[in-house]
Amino acid sequence: MKISADEVAKIAHLARLEVDASQKEKMAEQLSHILQYIDKLKDVNVEGVKLSSGAALMNNVLREDKKKISPGPSVTLANAPQRDEDFYIVPMVVK
Amino acid sequence: MEYHELTIEKAGKLLCDHQISSFELTSALLDRIEKYDDEINAFITIDKTMALEQAGKADLDIAAGNILPLTGVPIALKDLLCTRGIKTTCGSQILNNFIPQYDGTIVKKLKENGAVIIGKTNLDEFGMGSSTENSSYKITKNPWNQDYVPGGSSGGSAVAVAAGFCCAALGTDTGGSIRQPSSHCGVVGLKPTYGRVSRFGLVSYASSLDQIGPITKDVKDAAILLNLISGNDVLDSTSAKVDVPDFTKAFDLFEKGSLKGMTAGIPKEYLCVDGIDPEVATVFNDAKKILGDLGVQIKEISLPHTDYVVAAYYIIAPSEASANLARFDGVKYGFREKDCDDLIDMYKKTRSKGFGPEVKRRIMIGTYALSAGYYDAYYGRASKVRTLIMEDFSKAFATCDFILSPVAPAPAFKIGENIDDPLTMYLTDIFTLSANMAGIPGISVPAGFSSKGLPIGIQMMAKRFDEMSLLRAGYGFEKTINLDVRCKI
Repeated sequence: MKISADEVAKIAHLARLEVDASQKEKMAEQLSHILQYIDKLKDVNVEGVKLSSGAALMNNVLREDKKKISPGPSVTLANAPQRDEDFYIVPMVVK
Repeated sequence: MEYHELTIEKAGKLLCDHQISSFELTSALLDRIEKYDDEINAFITIDKTMALEQAGKADLDIAAGNILPLTGVPIALKDLLCTRGIKTTCGSQILNNFIPQYDGTIVKKLKENGAVIIGKTNLDEFGMGSSTENSSYKITKNPWNQDYVPGGSSGGSAVAVAAGFCCAALGTDTGGSIRQPSSHCGVVGLKPTYGRVSRFGLVSYASSLDQIGPITKDVKDAAILLNLISGNDVLDSTSAKVDVPDFTKAFDLFEKGSLKGMTAGIPKEYLCVDGIDPEVATVFNDAKKILGDLGVQIKEISLPHTDYVVAAYYIIAPSEASANLARFDGVKYGFREKDCDDLIDMYKKTRSKGFGPEVKRRIMIGTYALSAGYYDAYYGRASKVRTLIMEDFSKAFATCDFILSPVAPAPAFKIGENIDDPLTMYLTDIFTLSANMAGIPGISVPAGFSSKGLPIGIQMMAKRFDEMSLLRAGYGFEKTINLDVRCKI
């Protein structure tokens, strides 16, 4: 699969990344190179093969549903880049 | 006695016998770090005061007779593990100011067993890389020859152990990140079974593949650490509820019966992988002979889907990474770019400035593979190929106790050699990725040196939850080959 510079821009938007105009071609080339290699997966016959979503034991590991004390906002917001007491501040969402 | 050569076992004994104090040991190692690490760059963060405080406390415990398995023993941690009150960067600028408010379960377990946390080690950003060149802070050098990479992504941890900056370290392994740097640095690296060790407090890269494990100076220490970090944790729903044996019993098994009765499988597909370095092949063949002499029956096996492992992995891991790393958005923690137009603009600018090139590349591949219209062709197909890879291993383990292979196709490469060619770098992971894809344990044990004096390890992989076989065979091999892997820096 070959990726164009326009597709790079589209994927970058979905990934919430910015790719400099000067880097778009290089990124497109590198991604195409990687995806071309990955295309070899098409050679594998996967008909009737189940999809495995992980390597965990195939049973759920549950814990007791017990009430616990929350660490509270002084802990959970300790690393906030910008805050107003117990709230995170973010740039305006609605104009 | 040289402090920097002490293993967990030896340090523990000397501490217990009051021949050294933890304060002396920790101070000596901190001095060594100060002397050499400006050049070698194994560590991102050292908290001297905290380490010496923990050492002082350990000495009081020892005096009072309260001795636990790691009391007073300095351990280094990969900087992907959350440590309360100590900056945890993941090698990324996006977390350049992140101070966790809690200890990960494994960090907690080490502390509860008396360990002194000596520092946080360098890594490829979020664990994405095979050379530790992808850290946004520094490039870690191989202490055996500083022109060469130490491997990665747990390069800092492997170097800290090899250079004698700590008694042992923890790394994490998503596609070989414990085993490959251990091989390149002449130390022992063990990736436990998926589910054996809790990952609560490990910053996620690819959740179906990530695992925490020990990097140590010998196989005994790997067993000692594995004993302490294993077990179910209510805070990690993927940690398995299975019995944890005493892994040090593996050594009794060897002492009593050598390796007689064990069978090692050699995958025929591994021997025709392109570009196996002749020196790696020689070390591998010598290892095979040593194991044979110890009574291991060697047989050829087949892992038919080997040729597709790298391709499937480099869809699955980046897909999971693109989802996991969505949390770094400049809102709740870490770096945030200032003066942005709106929320989306803030996300984009923060993430673009905060993430390095390889992380961005993997997020892009993952986002593409999971995007509408491509899911079935990429992620869906890769997950089915993963099923086939897992079945290959199940079939193989019906006929052998462990699989023997090289760790990497070549010894460590020169710094800068592969940095502009991501695909070539990915292909060097061929022998280690499968263990993560299949969820099985793998160990790397030093087995020889290249003509340039760079260490080369061998890998053994066993069926799920059978770390015991790896430790038994690894210990027997280590004892018999009796290689001098003390690194002179």
